[in-house]
Amino acid sequence: MDRKLLSGDEAVALAALHAGVALGTGYPGTPSTEILEAFDALGGRAQWAPNEKVALEVGLGAAFANARALVTMKHVGLNVAADPLFTAAYTGVGGALIVVTADDPGMASSQNEQDNRRCAVAAGLPMVEPSDSQEAYDFFFRAVEISERWSLPVLYRMTTRVCHSKSVVIPRSGDPAAAKGGATSSRAPHFEHDINGRVMIPANARPAHRRLRAKLAEIAAWGEKEAWEEVPGRAPLDRWIEGSPALGIVAGGISYMHALEAAPGGSFLKIGLVNPLPIEKARAFAASVDRIVVVEEGDPVIADSLRAAGIAVESKAEMYRFGELDVARVRRILAGDTTPEPAPPRGKPPELCPACPYHTVYATLQKHDCIVAGDIGCYTLGVLPPYRAMDTCVAMGASIGVGLGLRHVLPNEEARRVVSIIGDSTFVHSGISGLVEMAYNPPPTGHVVIVLDNGTTAMTGQQEHPGTGRRLDHGPTNQLSIEAIAIAIGIGSVTVIDAYAEPEEFERLLLERLAAPELSVIVARRPCILAAADIRRWENQAADIRARAAEQAAVCEPGEEER
Amino acid sequence: MSVTNVVLAGLGGQGVIKASDILADAALRSGLDVKKSELHGMSQRGGSVSSDVRFGTKVLSPMVPAGEADFLVVLAASEVEVARPLLKAGGVLLAPDLIPDADLPNKRSLNVALLGALSHYLDLPVDAMLEAVRAALPERLHAVNAAAFETGRRAAEERLSSS
Repeated sequence: MDRKLLSGDEAVALAALHAGVALGTGYPGTPSTEILEAFDALGGRAQWAPNEKVALEVGLGAAFANARALVTMKHVGLNVAADPLFTAAYTGVGGALIVVTADDPGMASSQNEQDNRRCAVAAGLPMVEPSDSQEAYDFFFRAVEISERWSLPVLYRMTTRVCHSKSVVIPRSGDPAAAKGGATSSRAPHFEHDINGRVMIPANARPAHRRLRAKLAEIAAWGEKEAWEEVPGRAPLDRWIEGSPALGIVAGGISYMHALEAAPGGSFLKIGLVNPLPIEKARAFAASVDRIVVVEEGDPVIADSLRAAGIAVESKAEMYRFGELDVARVRRILAGDTTPEPAPPRGKPPELCPACPYHTVYATLQKHDCIVAGDIGCYTLGVLPPYRAMDTCVAMGASIGVGLGLRHVLPNEEARRVVSIIGDSTFVHSGISGLVEMAYNPPPTGHVVIVLDNGTTAMTGQQEHPGTGRRLDHGPTNQLSIEAIAIAIGIGSVTVIDAYAEPEEFERLLLERLAAPELSVIVARRPCILAAADIRRWENQAADIRARAAEQAAVCEPGEEER
Repeated sequence: MSVTNVVLAGLGGQGVIKASDILADAALRSGLDVKKSELHGMSQRGGSVSSDVRFGTKVLSPMVPAGEADFLVVLAASEVEVARPLLKAGGVLLAPDLIPDADLPNKRSLNVALLGALSHYLDLPVDAMLEAVRAALPERLHAVNAAAFETGRRAAEERLSSS
């Protein structure tokens, strides 16, 4: 028996490979990043998109072409992808489209702890949630099954502890679904016209919405019955575990594991199909136990739904909405304990790496008392002492729009101190449209955008992006030029500088641009200290590949010189 | 066999995660159920890092409840007091002062040395631990880490026999 110790992310990648996923795409975001990296390492076709919206659209196109597609992102990424996602629920898909949303309760590395189970309800999409790596593997096949049976995208919800915890996985190499993969003739990618189903003008979208609701009703009925069945090769999505009738617990995801440990003798209704919920099963479960408690991390999503259906469940106290759950907190929830919790140990906070190329940038911004609209990445750590050189950080790409808004309304002497600061990967993700706004509606005092270009997506572990000129597997591709884009958009002053090597020149430049009522982009370029050695290696490999390609081209065209 | 709870702690870059990977792999190789959990992301940037490893016949939650760690392995002296509340009463603390600097030719193998010390207390076969060390590291590092493991194991033996 082949036992593997895999993280939830690695288990999803392995399942995607075994399910014959033709294309995996996404944008890096903790805790989802490792899925596509592992899929690539296993030999799957994986690529980074500039942002989650584009990733979802690419995955949707692949699924329109009857392939199986996987799209990965963190919870806030789903906000970026929400526009195509909500309408993809109407169009449906031809193949399978599995959209991983990796939520981060407790905000280990995120700006909010939104609960994306709400997004499944809002978009009207089925949602599946595993509790450990084995389920992350097993449930993926069930998600593919749902996606293909009802021609709908399926949301695959994971959380930080499921993504990053490692646990034992026994892969099912004998699974018929795995053997079939996406490669049978009926599933081989091909195009079929379906104009009424895929072109969402109002006349087509109105019946499409009705079709979606009919599908969801069917899935709800399936979720009351088939989702529970123990069939060889198919893990039941939902389970009813009979224990003492004194205590019944409804739980899903990682909360189930904590609850099973906290109340080993209890009865459990384990929820793997989060949307639509098996309401009638829950009603029967409630009738079978003396006390019923919903144990869930984040928002009271399951508790609210069951209560709306008239099932009187206990939910956790409001204090447990915040942060992750663990065994100790579940014990407190079950005991109704609302006394203050012991403070978690306070360790050493993270900090900018000692040799980070951005120290000089933040020192200069601090020295001149700039008002800094910041962005998302490890450079956000410039907010911490000693610099405290960041005044806002909200969402990917928001630095530019927020900086412009500040400039538009602040008195001139304050407006002139406003700077937007954004990383290279973040700029490509969603900073470009902010720059378009800047050129279109320039503030009277002008504006200064500093792009911190360290040649990698550093925060999430040094992933490639379009600006690096390398693909997910570090092989060469077309390279986006940040400065050329800024010039093309119409920014009057565009300067590239190594602020680490030339701190005085950087300071002079910044003061000059702040004083001028013009639009400026300063690209502060120097490789991330953690990535620099790898970047050199990949660049050398890319140069070799190009040289070999040139040689081959010369061999293929022997007549070239004579012509 | 009940569940054994180990917490490994230190600072980013010290090899805390590598050590917990090795320990979890050793438990897997011993035929046990095992779960391991830590947070990635912001914590990679030089901050505190800790990783939980739990193994036994059946493991449920991947996280060691605070105050229930049987063993606390700390790689940075500055993190000992930060992590101490995780240890249960009567649990075993293995801190860097157990291994004198002079005993380690390569200080980067402190993580493996402390695993060696831990191995003295665990029911896991030493061979499984050593196999896991080799599987986790490139071949050129095998000898130095095997030596570090042995150094740690001896240090634990001496501590136990002198106490």
